[in-house]
Amino acid sequence: MSTRPIYFDYSATTPVDPRVVEKMIPWLYEHAGNPASRSHAYGWEAEEAVERARDQVAALVNADPREIIWTSGATESNNLAIKGAATFYAERGKHIITAKTEHKAVLDPCRELERQGFEVTYLDVQENGLISMDALKAAIRPDTVLISVMFVNNEIGVIQDVAAIGELCRSKNIIFHVDAAQATGKVAIDLQTLKVDLMSFCAHKTYGPKGIGALYVRRKPRIRIEAQMHGGGHERGFRSGTLATHQIVGMGEAFALAQLEMGTENERIRMLRDRLWAGLSQIEEVYLNGDMEHRVPHNLNVSFNYVEGESLIMAIKELAVSSGSACTSASLEPSYVLRALGRNDELAHSSIRFTIGRFTTEKDIDFAVELLKARVGKLRDMSPLWEMAKEGIDLNSVQWAAH
Amino acid sequence: MAYSDKVLDHYENPRNVGTFDKSDEQVGTGMVGAPACGDVMKLQIRVNDAGIIEDARFKTYGCGSAIASSSLVTEWVKGKTLDEALTIRNTQIAEELALPPVKIHCSILAEDAIKAAVEDYKNKHTG
Repeated sequence: MSTRPIYFDYSATTPVDPRVVEKMIPWLYEHAGNPASRSHAYGWEAEEAVERARDQVAALVNADPREIIWTSGATESNNLAIKGAATFYAERGKHIITAKTEHKAVLDPCRELERQGFEVTYLDVQENGLISMDALKAAIRPDTVLISVMFVNNEIGVIQDVAAIGELCRSKNIIFHVDAAQATGKVAIDLQTLKVDLMSFCAHKTYGPKGIGALYVRRKPRIRIEAQMHGGGHERGFRSGTLATHQIVGMGEAFALAQLEMGTENERIRMLRDRLWAGLSQIEEVYLNGDMEHRVPHNLNVSFNYVEGESLIMAIKELAVSSGSACTSASLEPSYVLRALGRNDELAHSSIRFTIGRFTTEKDIDFAVELLKARVGKLRDMSPLWEMAKEGIDLNSVQWAAH
Repeated sequence: MAYSDKVLDHYENPRNVGTFDKSDEQVGTGMVGAPACGDVMKLQIRVNDAGIIEDARFKTYGCGSAIASSSLVTEWVKGKTLDEALTIRNTQIAEELALPPVKIHCSILAEDAIKAAVEDYKNKHTG
């Protein structure tokens, strides 16, 4: 491709901020020591850099640096938190609660625990994507040991009521894990106030590098987990493996920038998102997926009724977006998240996720709106469903031959 | 996913998009697929008195491969008799468009659309 598409996929990953890149580079060659080396200056300076980064990560979420454990990313953090806590506290009970709209990195560890004899309740969410507190309360059993709920949904950007769920968990003596991969730099997180026991982070959704993440493990009251990676006893035995100094420095710097800039940045991004929605909602039969109020400003997940998501992505190849329809990943299933909202298959197949970030401009937004208006029109001219809808045929009344 | 040049060509410049009057005696209409599955194809053929398909139209809701498959078959059926049109196989469509394995169902749908359109035409002309 001669020109690169405009990036609207910040929830898949973000570019590393150039200021972060600059901080990382010296730790690759100039200062190449192993932070675990206690016998020379190379090790000492690397350890210092790692601890500085730990302070930076802890500061963004108002935690004690001793509560931060480095991992390879949010997937590992989720695995460590869920399997580690469930197995450590298995004597208390073997029931876990999570939601159907969680990331696979939460759902799959839960499935694995089911194979090991745990029972898992996968909660339905409401039409707006939020968990109902009543449904959650009703799902709690005497043997419920762990509840895992994501802070911000990766597909639809909705923000769960982590504060309320935390209060509920604490009152019932249930361990509460939160996947905050999509939340850092987007919502304020105060772990002195939130009753969260375990929280997963990653760097690469917040302008840090891929391959590095962290798990918050509360000290007061103290939460124990069983290590999933055994070796040299790094990270106080919670997670062995040589620390990747440059990655850790990058995550620290990225989180420090997030703390510094998220206020102004989110206002700017909200303005851009509102501009995008104002433009797209002029198109007929366009639906927003997920609650608009309890939502990070970065996300707009939209269904363009009567056009199929994958062909729409092809039609707007000037934009890098992702489809709620997972056709592109060869599974041919529409998004399980949108299905969980009760969206019908057509709307789930017709969805596009736009995620906006630090380097998105107003010009990008205006270009996207004009492009979408033209291309959705073109595809609808080609769509038998659109034709039928325009003729007044109720598509639900048609006998389709499922294939 | 990387599409073949032929898929991209049909997708960018779809042939014979449109609609014939489905109540026209000369027109056979086939609609296959389901919105829930992410593909719906409507193929229409216009058959002359000699039994030759002289024109075709399609509309498709689906991925790029589905659109390309239906665009392609509108070209292929033209000039064929009904029986000749029925000999078009999904494997030929998949081969022509170099469809990857996960997109074979698009070519199957296109073959089914031809059969459905021919059947509709035949139903209009028997009894």
